[in-house]
Amino acid sequence: MALVLNEEQQMLKESAQGFLAEFAPVAELRKQRDAGSETGYGDKLWAQMANMGWAAILVPEAYGGLDFGHMGMGQIVEQSGRTLTASPLFATAVLGVTAINLAGSEDQKAELLGAIAAGEITTALAVDEKIHHAPTQISMTAVKQNGGYVLNGAKRFVADGSTADKLIVAARTAGEAGDAAGISLFVVDRNAAGVEVERTEMTDTRNYANINFHNVEVAETALLGEEGKGFKALSGTLDAGNVYLAAEMLGICQESFERTLQYLKERKQFGVLIGSFQALQHRAADWWSQVELCKSAVLKALQAMDEGDVKAPVLASVAKAKLCQVTELSTNEAIQMHGGIGMTDEYEIGFFIKRARPAQIMFGDNSYHTDRFALLCGY
Amino acid sequence: MSNLQLFRQETRDWLEQNCPLSMRQPTSGGDDACWGGRNYTFASEDQKLWMERMAAKGWTAPDWPTEYGGGGLDKGQRKVLKEEMARINARSPLDSFGIWMIGPALLKFGSEALKQQHLPPIVRGEIRWCQGYSEPGAGSDLAGLQSKGEDMGDHFIANGQKVWTSYGDKADWMFCLLRTDTEAKKQMGISLVLFDMETPGVTPKPIKLISGSSPFCETFLDDVRVEKDQVVGDVNHGWTIAKYLLTHEREMIGGMGSAVVGGESLSQHASQVLGLEQGRMNNPMLRAEVASWEIDAACFGFTAERVTDEVKSGQGVGATSAMLKYYGTELNKRRFETLLKINGSDGMVWNGEASNGGWLPRTWLRTKGNSIEGGTSEVQLNIIAKNILGLG
Repeated sequence: MALVLNEEQQMLKESAQGFLAEFAPVAELRKQRDAGSETGYGDKLWAQMANMGWAAILVPEAYGGLDFGHMGMGQIVEQSGRTLTASPLFATAVLGVTAINLAGSEDQKAELLGAIAAGEITTALAVDEKIHHAPTQISMTAVKQNGGYVLNGAKRFVADGSTADKLIVAARTAGEAGDAAGISLFVVDRNAAGVEVERTEMTDTRNYANINFHNVEVAETALLGEEGKGFKALSGTLDAGNVYLAAEMLGICQESFERTLQYLKERKQFGVLIGSFQALQHRAADWWSQVELCKSAVLKALQAMDEGDVKAPVLASVAKAKLCQVTELSTNEAIQMHGGIGMTDEYEIGFFIKRARPAQIMFGDNSYHTDRFALLCGY
Repeated sequence: MSNLQLFRQETRDWLEQNCPLSMRQPTSGGDDACWGGRNYTFASEDQKLWMERMAAKGWTAPDWPTEYGGGGLDKGQRKVLKEEMARINARSPLDSFGIWMIGPALLKFGSEALKQQHLPPIVRGEIRWCQGYSEPGAGSDLAGLQSKGEDMGDHFIANGQKVWTSYGDKADWMFCLLRTDTEAKKQMGISLVLFDMETPGVTPKPIKLISGSSPFCETFLDDVRVEKDQVVGDVNHGWTIAKYLLTHEREMIGGMGSAVVGGESLSQHASQVLGLEQGRMNNPMLRAEVASWEIDAACFGFTAERVTDEVKSGQGVGATSAMLKYYGTELNKRRFETLLKINGSDGMVWNGEASNGGWLPRTWLRTKGNSIEGGTSEVQLNIIAKNILGLG
């Protein structure tokens, strides 16, 4: 398949660009932050997004979805990187849909995917327990009891963990930390007894949570997929998550580059435009080249997921590793080239670096994915 | 079966019957690549056979029109041929500046007579070409060239000095830039001319490089007679053609970035040399360096693919060759720095059979030229900054 967007995907990209610029630009993020918003996004925003069908894009048609594919969804998420738009799109319409679709029974899919597609419920994925991403290191337990399970443990850095209706929780039903086998996925109501949620405000002012599970009792039907065999679906969900984080970072890279380029063409020092200095021209040209590589890496990974390519996990790590690298470059260069004004809260360029870093570390940073890439390639 | 599937089957069968076994392994990167030409000595009977068989089908220049001896393949067929050759690890039958550079320029800008005269011998590997662009005072600033062509009516008399003429001492013909109007502005008044290297007054002199080899020459032009019917395009309007040709050169040099070592990928080679322990390469710092390089190389490969697809679908910006040249050559240099580290003291062996005649250190030193030839990395960054980003 050609590595370019088709007409429908291009249209979706343009409509997302228009919508986000109007209803959820960077100014909206500032507004939510200054108002101390609990969710990090406007009240009506998610409903509007769901109305446009964005919650249903990855949901198969059989469950009430649009089945429009990753190439399409990737364009929306990329645009949301340009506007730094916070919303449940990632945690619900990407992570939730992917996990349920990969692991769920027919009943679970019919119930949960249908509700997500219709914009009725939101989800959050609870994986990590330590400060660094390590999905096999799960030690939270789920013990079979009275025909159901009892969950005990703690999760951290859960995106949308304090607002989601349903938590998709990875817990251990067998084995010990370090084993991929023995991990099971559960769908848990956020309001279930024993679930203690602490919202943690991060640099991007988005909605994350640390969550304690204290003797939380769930029914057998809460098990998503087979007991002890949840790692495969979890891993596939994390791959998708990483590709979309890469897509969002691509938007961040492009936007911070373009804003900086514009600044280089406006700002004068020593009586001339700073963009006339070769020292800055060469750095800008290198930066642009790096972003071009990023565009290809993200497209390739999205396409691999659509095609069910066996190399999709490798390509997900390529995309995430490269985007982590170039997003660090982009946000740092953006501030440096803007000079003093780049350090002010009043100016928007500094907002990009504060969203970029959480996106980089979520589900594994550059070093994590470089290591994973090498392992997947057999060395 | 679709036409393309049929073509694939035929191609596979033909290659199976016609590609000698010894041509189904990578070249050492040294003298066993086939360059052709009037005085060429083939390294083996197989090498000669392989070039001649491919040339007879026009597959040394598969996408050129059949009327000039090319293969006449469309893009889909071209891709199939490439894939089928890669499948059996078949070598390129002919390496040629004729095919890579002057051929495409002639196809686009040359007169019918010039095409008829020069293209078929290029396809057959009979004439080896060299490039007369750079001069001692005009390398990166190519438009500053001074070599003159004095108008004598039906011919020019050329005088001057060219430098960095790749394989000038082995070439049969030169495509050369001359200043044919000294009054005009820098870029105007330049003509692209063709002449035989055996014309009286042409003297190529090899330049020894830090790699110990001499792939480049300085070439002196003393009263060289150049016929006017050997001007490509119009007299004094060669600059556009020169730039077009440079784009091809950039793509060719940039394309080397993701190549492999003797058929192995960088990580395979490193795993061999360093060994694995519990599935991980034995040196963690080098392992990280190798993985990071392979990730960048993958992204570079995807970008070349994307640019091609964009051009095909009519969305291309067409100005990315500078970027591919810049990044590809930097990648290639990084690859060889990493290879040296992987191979430790063995990587420094300059002579000796086990080191394949010092292939690694010599090629490593050769790669330093990648970001200089065809326009330096700094020139590529200037092009991106000015032409793409609009920074003045």
